[in-house]
Amino acid sequence: MGKKYEVPAELTIQKAMEHAGYQLIRGCGCRGGICGACGTVYRQPGSYRIQVGLACQTIVQADMYIAQIPFFPANKAIYDLNTVEPTGETVAALYPEIFKCFGCNTCTKSCPMDIDVMEYMSQTLRGNVRKAAELSFDCVMCGLCTARCPAEQVQYQVAILCRRIYGRHLTPRSSHLEEAVSAVQTGRFEKKLRELMSADVKELKKHYVARETEPDMADESWKPKAREDL
Amino acid sequence: MPYPPVLQELIKRVERTRPTRIQRKKAGQEFPAMSLEEREKILEKYHPDFIKGTKRPIRVGPSKGYSVSNELVSLLEAKSRVNPDGIDLEDVALTADVLIIGGGGAGNSAAILAAQNGVQVLLCTKLRNGDANTMMAEGGIQAATKLDKDSPYLHYLDIIGGGHFKNVPQLVHTLVTEAPDVIQWLLDLGCIFSKSLDGRLQTLHGGGTCRKRMHYAGDITGAEIMRTLRDEVRNNPDRIKVLEFSPAVELILDEEGGCAGAVLYNLETEEYLVVKAKAVIVATGGYGRLHIQDFMTTNHYGATADGLVIGYRAGLELCFLHTVQFHPTGAVFPEQVEGLLITEKFRGAGANVLNVEGEQFVYEKEPRDVESAAFIRECSTDVGKGVPTPTGKMGVWLDSPMIEALLGPGSVRKQFPGKHILFRRHGIDISKEPMLVYPSLHYQNGGLVYNANCETKIPGLFIAGEVGGGVHGENRLMGNSLLDVVCFGRIAGKSAAEYARQRPRLGRLSLHHVRQYHKELEDVGIKTDAVAPMLLPDYVSAESKKRQLTSRYLGTLR
Repeated sequence: MGKKYEVPAELTIQKAMEHAGYQLIRGCGCRGGICGACGTVYRQPGSYRIQVGLACQTIVQADMYIAQIPFFPANKAIYDLNTVEPTGETVAALYPEIFKCFGCNTCTKSCPMDIDVMEYMSQTLRGNVRKAAELSFDCVMCGLCTARCPAEQVQYQVAILCRRIYGRHLTPRSSHLEEAVSAVQTGRFEKKLRELMSADVKELKKHYVARETEPDMADESWKPKAREDL
Repeated sequence: MPYPPVLQELIKRVERTRPTRIQRKKAGQEFPAMSLEEREKILEKYHPDFIKGTKRPIRVGPSKGYSVSNELVSLLEAKSRVNPDGIDLEDVALTADVLIIGGGGAGNSAAILAAQNGVQVLLCTKLRNGDANTMMAEGGIQAATKLDKDSPYLHYLDIIGGGHFKNVPQLVHTLVTEAPDVIQWLLDLGCIFSKSLDGRLQTLHGGGTCRKRMHYAGDITGAEIMRTLRDEVRNNPDRIKVLEFSPAVELILDEEGGCAGAVLYNLETEEYLVVKAKAVIVATGGYGRLHIQDFMTTNHYGATADGLVIGYRAGLELCFLHTVQFHPTGAVFPEQVEGLLITEKFRGAGANVLNVEGEQFVYEKEPRDVESAAFIRECSTDVGKGVPTPTGKMGVWLDSPMIEALLGPGSVRKQFPGKHILFRRHGIDISKEPMLVYPSLHYQNGGLVYNANCETKIPGLFIAGEVGGGVHGENRLMGNSLLDVVCFGRIAGKSAAEYARQRPRLGRLSLHHVRQYHKELEDVGIKTDAVAPMLLPDYVSAESKKRQLTSRYLGTLR
């Protein structure tokens, strides 16, 4: 309280703090709005409302009060993704507190990524892991939802559990990928790769220039003319 | 801040040429790509690597005489943060079988694999675990997974062509053959990659690729991978201990010359801690925050070359650091996002690059170095067709609204949710308005020398990820860095675990190499107060510093 800093008007909260003499240790990461290290709560004078933002993305406003929440001691469940049942019951068993949610919607209002947090939490309650995964996909795990939650939920940990269950168990297998993995294992490409590895620059350039480029607008049915490089 | 009226006027020129360009794109007519000779010529004339006076030879150490960026030489010719005679190496604070330095994609992949191989792991990192460039990688991860049109052979060719045919063949071989399994591993860990309903992974082009093999998770591929790896690391609390805000400031060797641990620095309590380990993996990432040649950077706050400095002092040689990667499309407007990465995936999805007249001047999918050089040429006084920004910088247009016409309405928002929301916060709708971009310091092409098992010439010391050099030659292609960190992270984890398991007792811990390095500095007449590693950049304003009357800065740290 009471410390007043003068900074150029167009700076982000993060740059403004540095300008004013802070060397950030906690509360600073990618500086590009994706790592979630710089969750910040602030308030405007004369307003009771607590606002939130990422310090690296939010422009300073005159007379704002700032507190960074760079870490929140949230619980994380331990699980073996290979053996969990891909169901809502699994999520509920690992995070039984989800039933304590009383729907105040503070989490959604606290999300700097504009995610409908309460909605994905209710999807989790209904056992819809897929929907929870999709709705939470943009989560940067800054923890502001958890910091503000009166029911002590760990929304962002629940969300990543749902996404991992969905990604591992509920999306279709990629047979072409499995085929590629086993083709490499059987050594199908070794001979041609060894040739490249021992080729001189002149020969490499020749092969490089001769590559056929897949057109931008080609769809999945596109096949190259030359098959010998496959 | 939305586009001011001057820029809005200029955007009209982009809109005028757009319908024709969309038609041409749909018909498969591209702006002609450069030949290898043309590429060489434009690089020599316009790429920042070729500007005289920006590099100088290192005067000490195993790569003495090798010329690299001035900013890096200054760190390599600085002293240790610790006085080797002033620290008690018998006072061991922590022990581990495998110590991993760095909490990015490589470090976390290594931790998972080392733990799987039955050893105790300590992962230390400067910031939070996961706060790393991996988190910021947007566009995708390359792998030849569609054998009906692609192969590791073609992936190999693309990589070495992009790297000027100088890459280390064995490393490239490992990268391309491990790639499909890396994708499978990530999917098995629960990463959500964009897929069709039949399970076919969606793929796009990147600069310098001949086949669409860039797998992606929206435009936050790196974040999806990083948060998943981190979660998996935390699922192994019995095997993996994570220590945050504790960078390594020196490697510790034993009297036989093997690596035996590291000195960590607790950034908050300012204590130095001795860690003893049977194997050490350096996975500290790159050096974007050195702001080479004063360029803005796309990099993470912690990218300050720490691993290069401590590895070099311990005796590892450097390679391929004479080239620096500039990402062609760093944001230059609005000012708040300056330097920020605009993923290459926009160009992969078909967006043209345009000058102030709204004309194309380069094929949008040249390798990154060539593409960057072309932007710099267009904005130079030689051509003079850059778009001036309100802050006096120059940029070129990246025509994202084209993607709406090519892939259908709503596709910008769907394919690039991260960037869409970010620009929307500043009042710019990138599905309707183009972005203003200019090259931004992006990647450290080279680094410490290591082999395909991630071993180095120091027994017990392993390398993974951006801190190592050779796999990308003189220029990395898009999507090969995420692949690099996971591929070599996994290998390093396995190699280090195997090494730790069969290593007998460690000899006496020693920092003698630091003492010798200091002596070498003295011998060539370098008298300096500078210290390295840098650990954190210093962005405190000069005005504030003037008032910090009793503060003392050691290097960039207060």
